[in-house]
Amino acid sequence: MNAGLDFRVERWTLASRSAVAGVVAIALALIAGPFVLGPGAMDRLTILFVYVILAAMWNALAGYAGLVSVGQQVFLGLGAYFTIRLADWGLNPFVSMVAAAAIVGIIAVPLSFPMLRLKNGEFAIGMWVLAELAHLLVNLDQLVKGETGTSLISLNAFDAPLRRATIYWLALAAMVALLGALFVLLRSRVGAAIQAIRDNEEAAASVGVRVLTTKRMIFVFAAFGAAMAGALWLATALTFQPKAYFSVNWTAYMIFMVLVGGIGTFEGAILGAVLFFLIETWFGAAGVWYLIGLGATALLFALVLPKGIWGAIESRTGLRLLPVGYRLDIRSLLTKKNGTT
Amino acid sequence: MINSLIQGILLGGYYALIASGLSFMFSVMRIINLAHGSLAVLAGYLLFVLAQRFGISPFYGLLIVLPVMAAIGFLLQRFVLDRSLRAGPLVPILATFGLAIVVDNLLFQQFGADTRSLAPYIGTLSYDSFELPGGIYVGALAVYIFVTAVVVLGGLQLLLSFTAIGRAIRATAEDPETAGLVGIDSRLVNAVAAAIALVTVGLAGAALGMRATFDAYAGGTQLLFAFEAAVIGGAGSVWGTLIGGIVLALAQSFGAQISPLGFLIAGHAVFLIVLFARIFLPRLILMRRRA
Amino acid sequence: MSTIAVENVNLHHGLLHAVRDLSLSVASGEVVALVGANGAGKTTLLRAIAGAHRPTSGKILLDGADITAVPGHQRVGRGIALVPEGRRLFAQMTVEENLLLGRMAGRPGPWTVDKVLETFPNLVARRTARAATLSGGEQQATAIGRALMSNPSVLLLDEVSLGLSPIAVDRVYESLGALMRSGTTIILVEQDLSRAMRVAGRVICMLEGRVALEGPTASLERERVTQAYFGLGHQARALA
Repeated sequence: MNAGLDFRVERWTLASRSAVAGVVAIALALIAGPFVLGPGAMDRLTILFVYVILAAMWNALAGYAGLVSVGQQVFLGLGAYFTIRLADWGLNPFVSMVAAAAIVGIIAVPLSFPMLRLKNGEFAIGMWVLAELAHLLVNLDQLVKGETGTSLISLNAFDAPLRRATIYWLALAAMVALLGALFVLLRSRVGAAIQAIRDNEEAAASVGVRVLTTKRMIFVFAAFGAAMAGALWLATALTFQPKAYFSVNWTAYMIFMVLVGGIGTFEGAILGAVLFFLIETWFGAAGVWYLIGLGATALLFALVLPKGIWGAIESRTGLRLLPVGYRLDIRSLLTKKNGTT
Repeated sequence: MINSLIQGILLGGYYALIASGLSFMFSVMRIINLAHGSLAVLAGYLLFVLAQRFGISPFYGLLIVLPVMAAIGFLLQRFVLDRSLRAGPLVPILATFGLAIVVDNLLFQQFGADTRSLAPYIGTLSYDSFELPGGIYVGALAVYIFVTAVVVLGGLQLLLSFTAIGRAIRATAEDPETAGLVGIDSRLVNAVAAAIALVTVGLAGAALGMRATFDAYAGGTQLLFAFEAAVIGGAGSVWGTLIGGIVLALAQSFGAQISPLGFLIAGHAVFLIVLFARIFLPRLILMRRRA
Repeated sequence: MSTIAVENVNLHHGLLHAVRDLSLSVASGEVVALVGANGAGKTTLLRAIAGAHRPTSGKILLDGADITAVPGHQRVGRGIALVPEGRRLFAQMTVEENLLLGRMAGRPGPWTVDKVLETFPNLVARRTARAATLSGGEQQATAIGRALMSNPSVLLLDEVSLGLSPIAVDRVYESLGALMRSGTTIILVEQDLSRAMRVAGRVICMLEGRVALEGPTASLERERVTQAYFGLGHQARALA
């Protein structure tokens, strides 16, 4: 409590403390997955982890840095490609996955210079062009055999249960590490800068926020995360067909997850990924109609509920479970003022 | 050599045609419509259905399809773009992307994976050619598409410069609130502008169907071509769009001589090179701002 | 030609209560000056009459008809034209194009581009110049001309002398003279009190969103207006 003014700046609330504790508890419980779950359930959960990563990374870019990309599949595809490439050169396939993500992160640095000069829709399609170009260039590698694709053969050296469990743990670790890194990043000075940019880019620049540097940091982080997701997807699917990995449908999934869950909220992206996972489980078999439904839902949310489910919950109840910002508690101030007038 | 140069320039006409609506919409409403290519493909399918089921030649079919496209543009502005733009500059990207997914997959649902073409329905035009001095043949259709692009781009320029609706469109683009204060209904004006843009999309769809084949998922590629031509030419400038289309097509035709994938790679690469050049040659940026 | 009435209007800018329960009426052909310190709510009130700012409550009447719900662009067609604060010309368009835009509402009447150029001779040479390249006086003339092109029966002028040299201000008001005598209803916001009292038949002084003082110019002493202007004589009230 401030002595002079009757308000409180708070970050942690009871709800958010319990939520973070809950998340940690869930993560710890998930470690036990391979010992209690069947192979099918484990594979599905691995896929859920990948979706959470993709949603969180796309949300970091769009929801926090204000950069809507319809070409994030470029990083996903390259993450998978470099895993195959490195593994083919003899590197341990699991090490290849992490190394591939790191390579993609490094590639993202020079790419960010021209791309971040583009605004809004230009950035969105510009990224798509990058994805198409990367797709074509990957096809030039003899190893990939064009659209026929290839497989991560070296994974077959591990027996199936061990392989499955390792991929599961790797996906879980990647998800927790990436979410944790994002959480810490958003709560740091960089996070304050990000929120300032999101609220008003010009105003942020005028008070000394290094807008471009901050955006670049997020861009590279999101690229790394998407590449990790691509490598994990490859590990579960084993086969690499360029068309499947560089497909714009990935962007449709990411947009769906983040838009439905709640763009610009940490919890929203996770919620969206879980919802998408469930919808895919139930309706994925519907094929084309499933995709039409996804597109229509995304369109509807953009028009009617642009802040998504979590955004709506948050603005109605003020609930914040994973506090990445600060909140000003002026309830006492308001009641006092109302009392006098 | 000269032959592929000429073919490249003519192909550039098609890219300029499909880019014209995209850059028109961008310069007027500051919106990049991600469903642009999908809507062009939709127009192609509409013409295809009219030709195949009802025996209506695609040229007469345009008399039906272009008003339909105009109506789609009007409704698109009213119910999607206008509303989403009020929620912030990022929302139209998401909304039009969602729309593109819906359109693509509905087309796939309806027409399946087969590729289609309007070429069988335009008689000899699909293989007619003109002979140029020096024994070079150019396809008549490619020439007509190029001419159409020039007419459309010039027409848009004249419309903006010399008509009352053109002035209203420019005024709304510059300052919608003040436009309202002088008696302009900016929502109506933007809807008319979107309708005009979609008419050009209809023409582009016809051109696409006549000169090549298309399938339900061809929209994304067409959007990228349109976007690349518009950006290379300097978004917002009418004749720049034509130059942009030609540069893109020339790069593609030279790329195609190197490798089968070179056609697309060179197109995307020239786009990125222009992008880099804009950034690292500040003089070029100044030129673009002045233009 | 037309009367304007404002009844119990409240206007907000977000949390700011800019105009509080304000009522006033302006008779046909009357020239009324709105004066008051910065932030008194004058510009917001003019924008509300023009339809650019929606009242939180209250009514706006044109010739007795309630136009509160009529969008701004339709009010131009009904004869209300605003020359906005800061002129708000379309900078990328020429003087002539700016003037022609005034005709978009399609109201019949005597104003044409040529007639505007006759009224503001300083624009003749700049007819095809982009608005961005005009001097302050030329910009103001273009902004007024653009409003006139819609053949208004009610003209709202917001700080037309702001940022102009004294000579340019004289010229603007000289050109407005004929209009003021022609029967057009005019509400003008003017910082220069002496000028406001010279051209207007009635002065309304606003203070913190309310009318602090109003009366015919002839019977008002400058001293009292100044007091009301700064909120000194709180009890000062209407004379007429």
